[in-house]
Amino acid sequence: MSEKKVKRREFIFTATYAVGAVGVGATIWPLIDQMNPDASVKALASTEVDISNVEKGQSITVLWRGKPVFIRRRTDEEIAKARDVNVDELKHPEKDEDRAKNPEWLVMLGVCTHLGCVPLGDKGEYGGWFCPCHGSHYDTSGRIRKGPAPTNMEVPKYEFVNINTIKIG
Amino acid sequence: MSDHEYTPSSKFGKWFNDRLPLLTLGKHLTDYPTPKNLNYWWTFGGILTFCLITQIVTGLILAMHYVAHADLAFGSVEHIMRNVNYGWLIRYVHANGASMFFLAVYIHIFRSLYYGSYKSPREIIWILGMIIYILMMAAAFMGYVLPWGQMSFWGATVITNLFSAIPLVGESIVTWLWGGYSVDNPTLTRFFSLHYLIPFLILGLVVLHIWALHVPGNNNPIGIDLKKPSKDTVPFHPYIVIKDLFALLIFLIVFAFFVFYSPNILGHADNYIEANPMVTPAHIVPEWYLLPFYAILRSVPDKLLGVIAMFGALFILVILPWLDTSKTRSAIFRPLYKQFYWFLVADVLILGYVGAMPAEGIYLLVARVATAYYFAHFLIILPILSRKEKVLDVPLSITEPVLGGAVSASAVRQKKDKL
Repeated sequence: MSEKKVKRREFIFTATYAVGAVGVGATIWPLIDQMNPDASVKALASTEVDISNVEKGQSITVLWRGKPVFIRRRTDEEIAKARDVNVDELKHPEKDEDRAKNPEWLVMLGVCTHLGCVPLGDKGEYGGWFCPCHGSHYDTSGRIRKGPAPTNMEVPKYEFVNINTIKIG
Repeated sequence: MSDHEYTPSSKFGKWFNDRLPLLTLGKHLTDYPTPKNLNYWWTFGGILTFCLITQIVTGLILAMHYVAHADLAFGSVEHIMRNVNYGWLIRYVHANGASMFFLAVYIHIFRSLYYGSYKSPREIIWILGMIIYILMMAAAFMGYVLPWGQMSFWGATVITNLFSAIPLVGESIVTWLWGGYSVDNPTLTRFFSLHYLIPFLILGLVVLHIWALHVPGNNNPIGIDLKKPSKDTVPFHPYIVIKDLFALLIFLIVFAFFVFYSPNILGHADNYIEANPMVTPAHIVPEWYLLPFYAILRSVPDKLLGVIAMFGALFILVILPWLDTSKTRSAIFRPLYKQFYWFLVADVLILGYVGAMPAEGIYLLVARVATAYYFAHFLIILPILSRKEKVLDVPLSITEPVLGGAVSASAVRQKKDKL
């Protein structure tokens, strides 16, 4: 009889701990989640950019979600250089065709994938971008070629609304 | 806590002390037996307490005038500098006070390393100290973000991005830390909140640090256990109090020199440019007290491994009492350890220097060698020394080498058997 009682008591203890743990977790979650992006931050999710004034070989930088986005109208030479690369040899293998659907326009986050600095244009050993913070070199497709950055500069979701306008986000 | 029961002389004192024994605590603190051979390297505990209180008081005042908002923060700091009565003084004391705090804490830590103060039975004091040190770095980093200058913004960006190196969840953690998709207003306001909180956490840990210290009592330059109280000890008050105050005065001369004659020399000119998310300054450098760790981060070519090495360099200090197991505490009696100690000091200084230089060419090479040596010191050299080093004979008491002449060999052997 006593053995049965002990088991019953242990079950009650375990059940109490379990319910308590769920309750504590459910209480703490709002305290943690409040730090995630709020509704007003999320509302700024997309932006439209007028690109009619950008000539070949020029780039513009626009702000999207607090981050710079590089929009570069590439020269034929730059496109050729970006496509004439053995993809398998890259640190983060991506074809230029996949990064720039319209080869003339390269749209990507101007944020170094190492620690988030803004790389400088027309610099570096591969004729693309160079990050001054910790020395990452990117090519004319924004792919990492040398330095500590682990991946290529990110291509955000974007579309051509019309011939003169890009919508980012 | 007290070896003897204390009875206050006044009737009210007795009544109060029976209900809350604060007077017993006060008596314990004044009578606290302290080794009589403590040198000036032991005065930095008191200096650090002073630094913490200075930061809390000046910070409290700055918070009355500062506005934690991305659009207003930079202007409000200039408002403090130009309009608030003595605002310039209070801000310069707070900003340079952070550097002075780290200067003192580094001397305090290296004193502990030299005299083996982290060894048994003082491991908990050491670990509490390391937690305080890590919290100090977090507080200093977040405080540096608050003026919302270019270095604030990009320093915050680089340091928070360290967490993106964590596999799988890294990006989500960074977004959570930012409260957005980049360092922005939500980041600034939460950093302000935490920057206000951390000093009080440190204050609580300082109480534990001192409490843990008062259990075994102070280590001392010759690193032996003492009988307390005995002719090897003096009461904390007035002997140590006066010595600490004198050292504090000297320290304040250095402090005042920075505040009044070169208040910006330890900062970066770029931080007087308002934060601009579109332009990264050509040369991002953290504050001087973080440079050795920054050099370690940059010396590793892989992102994740670099971050692991940087945090590892800190964590390795926490487990130091179990890496250096030599029974002899003080470097005075460890001829080999004493040399390697100075190599480590030089190594950390070199790391600090290359951390301030661009990560290329010779600087990168030096940073890599110095990083490797840093880890080798703790993981290879110390464990080997603990086993192989021939230590010198340790005196039995502080008084003995002064009054007793030569140490008798048998007494030393007895002492060693006891250890």
